[in-house]
Amino acid sequence: MSPTVDPAVRSEIAGVVGARYVFDRDEEKRAYSYDASLIRARPDLVCVPGSAEEVAAVVRVAHRHRVPFVARGAGTGIAGGSIPIEGGIVIALTRLNRILEVNIPDRYAVVEPGVVNLDLTRRVENEGYCYRPDPSSQKVCTIGGNVASNAGGPHCLAYGVTSNHILGMEVVLPDGSITEIGAPHLEPGGYDLTGLFTGSEGTLGIATKIICRLSRSSEAVRTMLASYDRMEDAAAAVEAIIAAGVIPAALEMMDREIIRAVEAAVGAGYPVDAEAVLLIEIEGPRDGLNESSDVIKSLCLDQGAREFRTAQSEEERQKLWKGRKGALGAVARIKPMYYLHDGVVPRTRLLWVMKKIAATAAQHRLTIVNVFHAGDGNLHPFILFDPADADEVRRVHLAGEEILRACVECGGTLSGEHGIGIEKNEMMGWIFSEQDLETMRRVRSAIDPAGVANPKKVLPSGARCGELSRSPGSAPAGAWI
Amino acid sequence: MTVEPSDFSAAKDCVSCGLCLPHCPTYREYPVEMASPRGRIELMKGLAEGELQPGPALEEHLSLCLGCRACETACPSDVRFGHLLENARAVLKDAGASGWTSSALRRLFLNQVFPRPAVLSALASSLRFYQTSMLRRWVQSLLRLMPGPVERLEALMPDFTAPWSAPPPELPAHGPERGVAAFLTGCVMPHCTGEANDATLEVLRHHGYRVLTPKDQRCCGALHLHSGYQEEARQLARANVSAFEATGADVVVTSSAGCGAALKEYGDLLSRDPEWAERSRAVESRVRDVHQVLAETDPPPPMGRIALRAVYDDPCHLLHGQGVSLEPRQLLRAVPGLELVEAKEPDWCCGSAGIYTVTHTEMSLRVLDRKMEDLLSLEPDIILTANPGCLLQLRLGVARSGSDVPVHHVMELLARASRGPDLTGPDELRRHGLTGERTR
Ligand code: SF4
Ligand code: SF4
Repeated sequence: MSPTVDPAVRSEIAGVVGARYVFDRDEEKRAYSYDASLIRARPDLVCVPGSAEEVAAVVRVAHRHRVPFVARGAGTGIAGGSIPIEGGIVIALTRLNRILEVNIPDRYAVVEPGVVNLDLTRRVENEGYCYRPDPSSQKVCTIGGNVASNAGGPHCLAYGVTSNHILGMEVVLPDGSITEIGAPHLEPGGYDLTGLFTGSEGTLGIATKIICRLSRSSEAVRTMLASYDRMEDAAAAVEAIIAAGVIPAALEMMDREIIRAVEAAVGAGYPVDAEAVLLIEIEGPRDGLNESSDVIKSLCLDQGAREFRTAQSEEERQKLWKGRKGALGAVARIKPMYYLHDGVVPRTRLLWVMKKIAATAAQHRLTIVNVFHAGDGNLHPFILFDPADADEVRRVHLAGEEILRACVECGGTLSGEHGIGIEKNEMMGWIFSEQDLETMRRVRSAIDPAGVANPKKVLPSGARCGELSRSPGSAPAGAWI
Repeated sequence: MTVEPSDFSAAKDCVSCGLCLPHCPTYREYPVEMASPRGRIELMKGLAEGELQPGPALEEHLSLCLGCRACETACPSDVRFGHLLENARAVLKDAGASGWTSSALRRLFLNQVFPRPAVLSALASSLRFYQTSMLRRWVQSLLRLMPGPVERLEALMPDFTAPWSAPPPELPAHGPERGVAAFLTGCVMPHCTGEANDATLEVLRHHGYRVLTPKDQRCCGALHLHSGYQEEARQLARANVSAFEATGADVVVTSSAGCGAALKEYGDLLSRDPEWAERSRAVESRVRDVHQVLAETDPPPPMGRIALRAVYDDPCHLLHGQGVSLEPRQLLRAVPGLELVEAKEPDWCCGSAGIYTVTHTEMSLRVLDRKMEDLLSLEPDIILTANPGCLLQLRLGVARSGSDVPVHHVMELLARASRGPDLTGPDELRRHGLTGERTR
């Protein structure tokens, strides 16, 4: 039996959201103990409110009883941001999935946090608009979750991450009061609280309405695939493209293992005997497109591409992207579990860090496969393992840390887009001074003096929790899973 | 043969990425994790580990699953969800952790009705007599016990007014023979959608197939399997394996998507039975959905003109269960005059899912209403599908929406096209339907 909350808390929350949307049986706690990371912890109670007012009322109950709470969207995070590491209440926002307002002339939309990322673009695409941030999980992940983790995506190379596309929000603060920050119009003056809240991973409150910037869809788009027999050549091509000043909308690299896994999973049409492929997309007015794609083509060929292909139809284009976006699930075909980081390096250090990753893999006898946003140096090394093998799990943990250290050493950082969560909070000291961290702590405790909003996340706590070695969950080592 | 933890080893392929979530109808209608594929897999892991016990919570959350397997198609990691679910339901059934639906209605149908052609036939004919009296009232009172909207539920009752008798054991091809097909009639289809079976026979013959219908075939066992009655399903599978291997036919054909998906997994079902493992795999390897068989006919036989705007609704057990979606469309596009339009969400389940409509009426109707909104927005003259359960469910959906668009099996339309004369448009369809004269 896992712990439960005070019956008074349970009944107060049931009074707010209705008994049908309060869950605390063991089965239900288990179903809210994970996200797409490896970290697991069970809540004491789960509730699924149906409105912003209900969210605020639930938070007020939690605050009054000093019970920690964690907001959760679709549970696709990869840094454990929505895992209730301290137990308490999970507030699932999946019912808050309405698009409240679409204002095309002023180019914004107001959405509830549970709206699925892609659903917003679908809603406005017929009018020639889109919502730019496109995490690989965009068919599933929610905009609330994107705001919390300041999510990126393949196209943030050209358009920037989530914070560049959020104009304001309504937030339930950790004491249950509701406040509005930002505005549909740019630059309302005062502190940039929208910037502060975006990426705060639920430690400063829960966004209940989000004002998203809508962007004009590009007139035309072209997607290309370049295949290489040597990783070095692919990395050199990335540098050459950026150096030439053509900024593609997306520039993705995948290595041999991931190409094979993806082909087996979705048949995206990648050459399975290549060492690396680059998936390159350019967008813009129809006129300039031929010129840019010619430049890219010749740069890719100069660096030794053995094949260069341009998608001839929307169908072919979607297929190429399906491979990239399905990579996360497809790696499970190689080994049952993966540990995924998203460290960032300066683009010029891509090849260096690739070699470093390969050496780390060899040293720890691990399989590491790579897919990454090459254009902005955002790595996604998947370290594969079998959770039943305790020693392998230990080595995975070491390798993960070494890779992140290498990123930081060469002038990069811990996370490009997934967030810090509970996975990397203890490493924050690698990139921030104690003074920096103290400033962040003061901001946090000014907004959440009681420390109930997603405790133990983002900032280092001193003690390490959610160890990877424990995280594959409840299965004892050597059990069937 | 009981379920073992190793039967859940497919669960470890799940990396909890969540990419299946938006494809799951129950999650879309009820967005909580336990109503999602990922959540259900997690619960099944707990069951296999022994951490979670069979009981009301597992029963509640796992029985809400439609078994549509849309999550399997969506999953990049190839988790065999349908297989996991069958095993989990078997564990729950064996533990006796069943709600009233399982213990009463489900058991009655699964043990007494579907496996016994004579009982099913008797029930069907009594339904014919009593459709407006006793039995209907009994069903209505059962339905009233269930949560949610009960209005118009009597429309659930299929029309049993047209009796169907099994075809002769052998029917020659029309014209030169291209092959021999053994036909699985399905156990529900003959009694409520017999026209679809007749049409299947007719179209197969038109395409040059001699059709054998073995008399000793039984219910395919799909509904048993989905409800956790694995042993019963195995018995039925053995009977069908011996009935169909005896025909020596090139292909074993069915026009019921649910039956086809079950037949295509006989090898798995009997894999631990030394006497039957190989035989069942041999039969399984010959099983084809009728659309697959027909789409390969080269050159296709001539078809008459059908001037209608049609939409095809993919049965989950054809699209997700068998990976067949192009063939029905290819066959329909080849009908002169037919305009085939596409739904926005062709992969959305209709909510039929065997006896789900009766056990989980509220969810079933919510899933159905979304389907109908999509289909009817296309203003089709006719809705086509390829599975008896879906056929009945879509007819219920049409009635609930206050529309009168006819719903038919693809085979009925193809039979009409192969029979001629031309069908001139929706008016004619409304006046005379599709059937015309039956030929056998
Ligand atoms: S898509 Fe597959 S791997 Fe991902 S959560 Fe769903 S079942 Fe698991
Ligand atoms: S089988 Fe259908 S209803 Fe069940 S989990 Fe998968 S997608 Fe959802």
